[in-house]
Parts: sequence; C-alpha cells; structure tokens
Amino acid sequence: MAIYLDHAASTPISDISLAEFNKQLQKTGNPSSLHNFGRDQRRALEEAREKIAQFIECAPSEIIFTGSGTEADNLAIKGLFWKSQKSGKKVIVISAFEHKAVLEPAEWLVEKEGAELIQIPITKDGIIDLDFLKELVAERGSEIALISVMHSNNEIGALQPIDKVIEIAGDIPVHSDAVQSLLKVPVSFKGLTALSISAHKVGGPVGVGALVLKRGLDIPALLHGGGQEREIRSGTLNAPAICAFAAALTSYPADAVSKLRDKLIAGIKELIPGALINTPAKALPGIVNVSFPGTKGETLLLLMDMEGIACSTGSACSAGVHRPSHVLIALGRSEDEAIGTLRLSLGALSAEADVEKVLQVLPAVVEKAKLAK
Amino acid sequence: MKLIAAMSGGVDSAVAASRAVEAGHQVIGVHLALASNPQKYRSGARGCCTIEDSHDARRAADVIGIPFYIWDMAEEFHDGVVENFMSEYAAGRTPNPCLRCNEKIKFAAVLDRAKAMGFDGVVTGHYANMREVNGERTLHRAIDNSKDQSYVLAVLNREQLQGAHFPLGDTEKVDIRKEAEAKGLAVANKPDSHDICFVPSGDNAGWLRERLGSEVGPIVDQDGNVIGQHKGAYTYTIGQRKGLGLTVPAADGNPRFVLKIEPKSNTVVVGAREDLAVNRIVGEKPVWCGPNPGADWQSGFVQVRAHGAPLDCTYRETSDGVEIKLAAPLLGLATGQAAVLYDGDRVVGSATICETE
Repeated sequence: MAIYLDHAASTPISDISLAEFNKQLQKTGNPSSLHNFGRDQRRALEEAREKIAQFIECAPSEIIFTGSGTEADNLAIKGLFWKSQKSGKKVIVISAFEHKAVLEPAEWLVEKEGAELIQIPITKDGIIDLDFLKELVAERGSEIALISVMHSNNEIGALQPIDKVIEIAGDIPVHSDAVQSLLKVPVSFKGLTALSISAHKVGGPVGVGALVLKRGLDIPALLHGGGQEREIRSGTLNAPAICAFAAALTSYPADAVSKLRDKLIAGIKELIPGALINTPAKALPGIVNVSFPGTKGETLLLLMDMEGIACSTGSACSAGVHRPSHVLIALGRSEDEAIGTLRLSLGALSAEADVEKVLQVLPAVVEKAKLAK
Repeated sequence: MKLIAAMSGGVDSAVAASRAVEAGHQVIGVHLALASNPQKYRSGARGCCTIEDSHDARRAADVIGIPFYIWDMAEEFHDGVVENFMSEYAAGRTPNPCLRCNEKIKFAAVLDRAKAMGFDGVVTGHYANMREVNGERTLHRAIDNSKDQSYVLAVLNREQLQGAHFPLGDTEKVDIRKEAEAKGLAVANKPDSHDICFVPSGDNAGWLRERLGSEVGPIVDQDGNVIGQHKGAYTYTIGQRKGLGLTVPAADGNPRFVLKIEPKSNTVVVGAREDLAVNRIVGEKPVWCGPNPGADWQSGFVQVRAHGAPLDCTYRETSDGVEIKLAAPLLGLATGQAAVLYDGDRVVGSATICETE
C-alpha cells in the first residue's frame, strides 16, 4: 500500500472540512449579493472569518481572503513595499531561506522597482541570525520598507523567533509566512503587520488562503475589480472553501506526530551512517529533512516512489528539475550535500507502520542512489 | 525487463515507450532536462528540453500509463556535448553533437544510472534495429531508410548496446505517427525536432560566433596566396563554395571550394573542385558495435554524414584506429565527422575522421 509522506506539500482534506465544503458547495448565491441567498452565504463566510481570527488572535476584519498562500505572500511583500516606497524606504529584509513566494516577489521588486534586498543569514541551528538583524536595523532602520521572516521553514521545519523579530523591528512592518506553522504550532498575529496562511496545508481545500493585515493599513491591490476584501483583494469570495478552511482549524496531534518524527530521525541516524539531518531541534512536529551525501534527490525520490513511498526533495520548480535547495545552502550545506536530499513530512494520520516501512526500505534506496549518482 | 524510456516529448520516443510496455516490460518514463536554464521557453518551434516538451512527455506517459520523472542532465550535457561541439569547431573540425549525446548521455549517464537503480536498459525512439546474430545483439539500420539513425548510434560499444532498446526500427515513420494517433498520444502530429537541439534558431554559425567570437583571417589558395578574408574560420565547412567573397579570381576561372580550415593560423584554404576529392580516410578513437574487424582488409560500406549515402569501401583495423579506402572518390569531407562502417545493414563500428587524402 502506498504511504504518503508529503504532508508539507499538501495534506488530505479532513472529514470535518470535507463535510463543511460539501454542505456549502450545495448552496446558491454570491456572498456579496444583497438578497436572501447572498446573505446566507455571507453569514456562513463571516462566521468562518471570525473562527479563523480567533484561532490566530487577530480581528476578523484583519483577514483578507486570497486564492492561495502564494497570493497572500505576494500581496504582503509588494503591498508593504509600495506603501513604504512613497516615504523613500526601499530596503526589503527577508530571511535567507524564505519560500519562493516571498523570495521571488522581493527579487522582482529589486529588478522592476529599484528595491534593495538584504537577506538575513541562517545560523547552524537553522534560525535567522538575530544579531545580524539587530545591527542592520540599528544602522539602516530608517530605510527598511519591511521585514519578512517565515514562521517556520517549509523544507527543514525550523521554527523562527518571530517575537524577537517583532521586538527588534520596532516601527518597521513585519510580515511572516505561517503557511507551514498554522495548526501545527501556536500561531498568533499579535505584534505582526502581516501574516500569510493557507487552507490545504491544514486539512482544508486547495485554492484558498489569507493575508492577515493590520487594521487600518491600506496597501495597493494586486487584483482590481470589485474590491470585495477591504478594496485590497477583488474577486468573488470563495465561500465554500473559506468555510471549509475554518472547519479544518480544529486540533492537531502534535505530540504523536513529533514522536513519529523523532523515531524516524533516530532510525535514519542508526541505519544510515553519513546521513545528515537538516531538521533542527526546534522544529515543526512533522518534517524530517535529511541529506545523503553522494546521492541525487531525484534518484532518491524515484526509488522511494517505486517502493510506494511518496515524499519530496524539498523543493520542486515548475519544470520538475531539481536544483540544490537554497534553504540548505543557507543552512551551510555544500551543493553536493544539498542535491542529495529528501523531505519526509508526516501528517495527522501518519502511523507508526509508515515510519517502520520507511526505515525498512530507505537504507537500500540510499545505497542504490549512491551507485546511480 | 525493467526499462527506462527516455522521453523527449516527441512522437517517436512516446511510441517507443508505449511499445516497450506492450512488449511486457516494466517501463518508467524519464525526460532529460538538458538546458542549464529550465525556464527556457519557446513556443511553436521544436527543440529539446523546453518546458513545453517536458509537459508533452509527461502527458504521453500519462496516456501510456507509466510513472514519469524528470532527470536533470544539464551539467553532463553541457560538459559532454555542448563544450565538445564548441571545442571541435574551434579546432577546425565538424562535430556531430547527436552522436556525442548518445555516447555520453543517453547510453552512458542515463544507462549507468538506470542500471545502478536496478533497471536492465534504456528505450529510445531512435530508428534502428537490434538483432540477435550468433547469440549477440547487434545494431542494424532501420527499415525506414529516410529516418534511419544507426549512424548516430554507431558510437555505442557492445556493452552499451546490450542495454539499448529501439522498438521503432521495424516501422516506417508515417506508421509511427498513425500508431501514436490511434493510441491517443497528443504528440502524434508534432513536428520533427531540429538536428541540433541546443541551437534552436538553426543558425550554427551565429550560435558559434556568439560564443567563440569572430576573428577575421585570411582565405588563401593552396600556394598560400591571400585571396580574401573570412569572418571566423569555424563558420566555414569543407566543400563550401558560396559566401566566400573572394576578391582574386582563380587562374582557370573555375569556382573554388573550402579545402581546409586551419584554426591555429586562423586560415581558410580554398582550391579547385578536384582538390576536394578524398580516396582514403583515417579514423581515430574507434568504437566497435560487434566483433572487431581485425587487421585484414574487409569490404563493406562507409557513411560519413548523418543522412549521407553508404559508400563502397574496404577497411581495416589499425593499431590506433581504422583505415578506409573508398571505391570512388568523395568530394569534400570534414574531419571531426564520424565514419560509420556497415556490413550490409549491420553497423560494424565507427571512428572519428582525423585525416583524409
């Protein structure tokens, strides 16, 4: 039977979320319509908004629903930059291992809008270098348009000291991509300017995310045409998906998943000498990122797939071509080490047997992959 | 058997993969990403390794019902094929990159990786046949003469050929397209690929000029008299007549042809048509696709271009290569090209042409 260990890419929709999704899909009406049908949709949607707001400690009006986490990140980076640009602030500060949905908009702003991009280095512990950030803010704080540091890293699972970032930033707007963290560890909007979340990483449906944006803060829109969400995001509100998103935010068996993760890491260390565990101690419950020097990730993935185990190399581009991960390079791995990497990500329903099966086949897979280099 | 099907995104490799499945093999489709920039995108035209092509290959694999992966071979391709293409031209020779790709990528890097991963061989959409002769699998021409690709496969040694599978060699190309259509493969009517996938414009001279620079130099006659100026020696080919821009007419009034390219002195030598005639070819770095031919003269055929005609010849193995005598003189033959020897339709082997007279 196939084993799914790619929950960080997308995790199955939960029963409770699916039930809510089905229920809402059967309804008629645009939540922005004024008649009875529209009002009914709107009520369900606003209840969902309130539930999500409560979950992440923000005001309901601070939530702007989007079509994805990527859209939320784009809106935050571009919007906050454009907003500050008017007062001459052109420096964008991000961590060196941000998701492409943050990194690429920032690079785009450098190329098209004259932004200056500064990346915060990553320490050996998988955490941003806070001293670097302190010095940077002290020296150039008045030029910084925004700081964006992910809540936890999507490839290695490392949790980031967001409270410290907020403290150091002072008046500078801080955005955090919490797409991987939501539901798995406590996420709070307190002290932040902006926060990105996404439904399909938490057992909700794909195709809905949100940017949480501080009340009263207006940023330029990416999409125009209706202004449904605070004039910052246009487009018919996806009421069924939003309701299902809220329904998915229940509980998560963090302790059980952490135990499985620890067992997997311990097993890999014991069975495969030379394996380099990239996931640090302070990390999300479900992610195990490991490099096997002398292998290629694409080979490891193919061999695991043939064994019926679905995992990932950590990052994949649209063409499906694997490059050394910028996350692992930021962590100090060499290109050769980084290219031979697997990310095994566990979910709420992962079982002990899944971990045992991985430990049973992985040593031989790694041996084969070394020969196939 | 467990086979890796190299799928370019074209019709031939798609049908080849499908035929391998029908023959009862366990097949996995692999698209080779060969460009260093995977974002390279050209719509319409055909070439290797565009996103469009990898998409076509993936959809073909879906229809055939096999797993599909992309393997990044950009570095191997650049080092083994593109660099070689440039350095050969820079040295005044005319390389064939498709042949190098088969030798260094498809039946080396890919085949080696496939074997290490527990596969038995590689399936490609090349038009050629493998036949079992005296207990050994040997390489033969495809039945579709106009599509025969045995020439570009003649660089594979016996061991490489044991892991090579060419399911299309017994069929005409038109029928392959019909078969693709019948199988619901969307690539059935996709145009054929360019000869050189990494020169999408087809302008070899322009591509080389961009990378190697263009240094003007003298065009001389066989006595060394300067009779014109060239625009970069490697943009000329042996036997070329047009575009020489000679300022001094020949004494006999006849047209002149490129006889030789001398990269060290950056000189192009021209002469009369009859001076192009080649009767004897010396080849180096031989590869034998079957038993070595030995030091005694054998009669057979030699082909010196990808789509050239087979020429009557005698040949023999020498200590470091092969010596070939042509039954009739051949006009204009570039060094660097492969001389491929045939015994009937069986490929005997190949060598790189290093000397002609």
